[in-house]
Amino acid sequence: MTALLTLHAVTGAIAILFGRRLGRRAVYVAGLGPLVTFAWLIAEFGTILDREPITESVRWVPRLGLDFDLRADGFGALMLLLVAGIGVLVFVYSNAYFPPNKEGLGRLIGLVGLFAGSMVGLVLADNLLILYGFWELTTITSFLLIGNDHTDARARAAALQALLVTGAGGLAMLAGLLIVGHEAETFSLSGLIADPPAPSTALTVGLALVLVGAFSKSAQWPFHGWLPGAMVAPTPVSAYLHSATMVKAGVYLIARLAPAFAGPVGWWRPAVVTIGLTTMVVGGLRALRQTDLKLLLAFGTVSQLGMMVAVFGLGTADAVAAGSVLLLGHAAFKAAAFMVVGALDHAHGTRDLRRLPRPERGQRPVALIGAIAAASMAGVPFALGFVAKEYDLEALQHSPWAPGLVTAAAVVGSALTAAYSLRFFWGSIGRMATESPDPAVAARRSPPGLVVPGLVLTAATFVAGVVPDVLDRLVSASAASLRPTVGSVHLDVFHGFNLTLVLSLVALGGGALIFALRRPLEPVLALGGELPVTAATGYAAALRALNRTADRVTGVVQNGSLPIYLGVIVLTAAIVPGTLLLSGAWNDGDGAIVDSWSQAAIAALILGAAAAATALHRRFTAALFLGVVGYAMAGLFVVRGAPDLAVTQVGIETLTTVLFVLVLRRLPDRFEQRTAAPMRVLRIGVAVVVGLTVFGLALATGAEDPATTVSDTFIERAYPDGHGRNVVNVILVDFRGFDTLGEITVLAAAAIGAVALARAGRRPGGVRDSAAPPPVPLDRITVLEVSTKVVFIALSTAAIYLLLAGHNQPGGGFAGGIVAGAAVALRYISGGIESVRRLSRSKPWTPLGVGLITAAGAAIVPLLFGGSVLESGVHTLDVPVLGEVKLTSALAFDTGVFLVVIGLAMMVFESFGDDPPARSRDTAGGTR
Amino acid sequence: MSYVMAGTAATLFGLGTYLLLQRKLSRIIIGLSLLSHGANVLFVNSGRSGVAPFVGKGDAADMADPIPQALVLTAIVISFATTTLLLALAYRSWLLTDDDEVDDDVEDRVIGRHGHLDTEVSDEAALAAAVSVAAEEELPDGHEPEVVP
Repeated sequence: MTALLTLHAVTGAIAILFGRRLGRRAVYVAGLGPLVTFAWLIAEFGTILDREPITESVRWVPRLGLDFDLRADGFGALMLLLVAGIGVLVFVYSNAYFPPNKEGLGRLIGLVGLFAGSMVGLVLADNLLILYGFWELTTITSFLLIGNDHTDARARAAALQALLVTGAGGLAMLAGLLIVGHEAETFSLSGLIADPPAPSTALTVGLALVLVGAFSKSAQWPFHGWLPGAMVAPTPVSAYLHSATMVKAGVYLIARLAPAFAGPVGWWRPAVVTIGLTTMVVGGLRALRQTDLKLLLAFGTVSQLGMMVAVFGLGTADAVAAGSVLLLGHAAFKAAAFMVVGALDHAHGTRDLRRLPRPERGQRPVALIGAIAAASMAGVPFALGFVAKEYDLEALQHSPWAPGLVTAAAVVGSALTAAYSLRFFWGSIGRMATESPDPAVAARRSPPGLVVPGLVLTAATFVAGVVPDVLDRLVSASAASLRPTVGSVHLDVFHGFNLTLVLSLVALGGGALIFALRRPLEPVLALGGELPVTAATGYAAALRALNRTADRVTGVVQNGSLPIYLGVIVLTAAIVPGTLLLSGAWNDGDGAIVDSWSQAAIAALILGAAAAATALHRRFTAALFLGVVGYAMAGLFVVRGAPDLAVTQVGIETLTTVLFVLVLRRLPDRFEQRTAAPMRVLRIGVAVVVGLTVFGLALATGAEDPATTVSDTFIERAYPDGHGRNVVNVILVDFRGFDTLGEITVLAAAAIGAVALARAGRRPGGVRDSAAPPPVPLDRITVLEVSTKVVFIALSTAAIYLLLAGHNQPGGGFAGGIVAGAAVALRYISGGIESVRRLSRSKPWTPLGVGLITAAGAAIVPLLFGGSVLESGVHTLDVPVLGEVKLTSALAFDTGVFLVVIGLAMMVFESFGDDPPARSRDTAGGTR
Repeated sequence: MSYVMAGTAATLFGLGTYLLLQRKLSRIIIGLSLLSHGANVLFVNSGRSGVAPFVGKGDAADMADPIPQALVLTAIVISFATTTLLLALAYRSWLLTDDDEVDDDVEDRVIGRHGHLDTEVSDEAALAAAVSVAAEEELPDGHEPEVVP
């Protein structure tokens, strides 16, 4: 069964990809899926009909209980027969229907093939989540097929409507399936049915959501508006998706669930049956007013789907059998009817029943198909539709809920069905009055490809209508798979003169009467379109309201002020965990006032400098005080036993301060603007809330003291597994190496972004404007230059030492890179940007790139030797002078980190380091 | 965590937030730096304190927790990269406007004041409604409908 799904996917994809070259031959490629499925089904038919479901399971995500379970039982086989059988016929039909050179034919046909595959998956899926996946695949393929003619605004609108309605329903269904699956403690469909969960509020909500999804998919009132719109799709698509198969997905799900839930869940029958019968009547009324034959059939489909929902919704033993017959009967006559409309449209270029001429000789076979399809639709004896209607009325009479009302509504609906069937017959082929205007048109024959598929369906309708016994085994197996207590079912045409027969005849007679009296009855028929919420206006109003709400919300939330955006974010981040904190025991009160007095001194320094950085209104001074905070932080790290952090922090702080100086020298000295007092109060308020939350959070986390942490494991394994003594460094380059790789990628991206922002609009090489005066050479101070060189060499050596030693002693790639960056900063201070550029002929982004590639390479190389990503290896070299030198693969990774950090530092100077361009509008890069 | 350290982190967060809510980009950057310092204080104080975590330098139980240290190390470097990028923004802002003030977004203001309906979706909805209503309006049987080109 998995192979069948794969076949559909592959052939569909081929037809789409090579559509242009294949032309109409795409039909043979994509048609292979349904054909093979059909053959498989015939081969396995015996097994399935003997009530032995065929199952298949592929383990997928075992931890989520998500297995790719497929199961073909009786009901599944019946649906599969429709999907594959009608699928084959539709492909044959398409081959004749579409002109060979039609634009985008391959895509269209390929999508139909993909749809067929999704539908096969849907009816075979035995896992609720897998079922949902295929469900949405049919929604998407349907959307693409309705909008096939994307140049037509109507097609786009209809496709969007179908997608939004069925997609929203699908989402509701997903939520519902999750709730139901949670209640049932299984996501297996067969398991759920076999052992349904006890009724509860959660189950009610879950089932209601699932039903919303099923109703929207099967075009039940009030969600039915999308189905008539979908008729803009090409006729073969309408015949296949929008009458025979896809729209039955909702019915399928209801049929599966009803036997398990209709009894125990009290509201199920009233709700489902009422919606179904309302849909049946509304659809019937509206079908009677259509002039476009396809729309007439579409509303007819809506109506019939309503009947199926009502019948299957009962969930009784009669109902599951009757519903199965109705499914078969409807698919056969409705697909045939669509094929007739397609053939007429093909011959006459219209499907408006006021303009279609009387069929002449050449159209006789088409007329015959149409006549039998209409008869079956109306429920005339000796057509399968009659048998189906008999059993349906029978089942409804035995409804455990309001049998009288339900039966009466179904009879009214059936009368309307008979009336619109008559209208279809009269409109398409039966009208004797209109003479064909053009003999050439009248003589036109429909090609066999348009006739044969319809003939096959019609023959089936007729044979099964006369000797329904041929369906006994299929219907029995289908009913038994839905409701295991059902024995074997025997279908008969004639059950004696009973109430059901009378009702059938009443429906037929009533239909004829309604059709004959359609003009006087016009006001009554118009009711169908005038229910308080008609689908079309409801949909438009809902979309408009959604749009307006979105607009209002955007207006309020996106008011354009950065402080307000940030304030909202910060406040949310503080308040949400803050309230949680308040509700729990966040502080047991045994925290020490202070760990050590050295820490208290450092804390005082940090806070004093931070307060100064906040309060002062000169940019430079504020930045310098920020630097003081940073250095004090390094002190704190030393006290806390984190030498690596201290080294890195000092290096970073130096670079940051230089960076601030480089940028702030351009900006005005003071922050001039003073804001109004209310804003200040608001800011202080938010700041206090954030501070208090953090205070509470800090004490709360401090109160947690897990006995063993993963840290102990890391300390234990650092040397044996990571070949390093510096645990922090081993974590960075080995245990959590992937994180580090991601992080240096962020560094590289930020560096590139900074250069791009700072240098945008300037010419490469730092030459801004030939007219600008050449840079003024700095006064050279020999002492400074010489001492700079000495210190530079010392710092560089220290950087390399930190890199090499970092695995076992304080240091590592980050620390080493930062120290090297500080060395570069020193060069810059003494000699300006030219001095930095003289360091190396390569551009600053070269170390950045080389570093990234080195680190990524070091991560991947172990894969080549059959290891896992970032697995570390160790190699011991015997160097004559130094003795034994251990080389670990982590060193290569760390070297990458080192290079990226150096590149970042060099990029900083490249961005901001050259002489300030003369501030004028002309040299501002022309961006104004 | 000791009250002093918790208070230090909280104050750094408070001051950082106050600066973050300003309009001058350079103050926002300083505020962000203070925030990240505050976060680092929280982190290094979250694990147990002790001697530097080097294998062989003592008993594992006496060592400072290495994981927060590794986290803080990357946080330090990342916040440097963020600062660089934001300073580049401030620099760019200065190039274009002589200042590093972040003004309100004019487009957003317009939407906030008047509403700015995106009509495309509603139009499509109206069209879908129109298509399905038009189908209802039946002409008398004998009447030839106008041919829509």
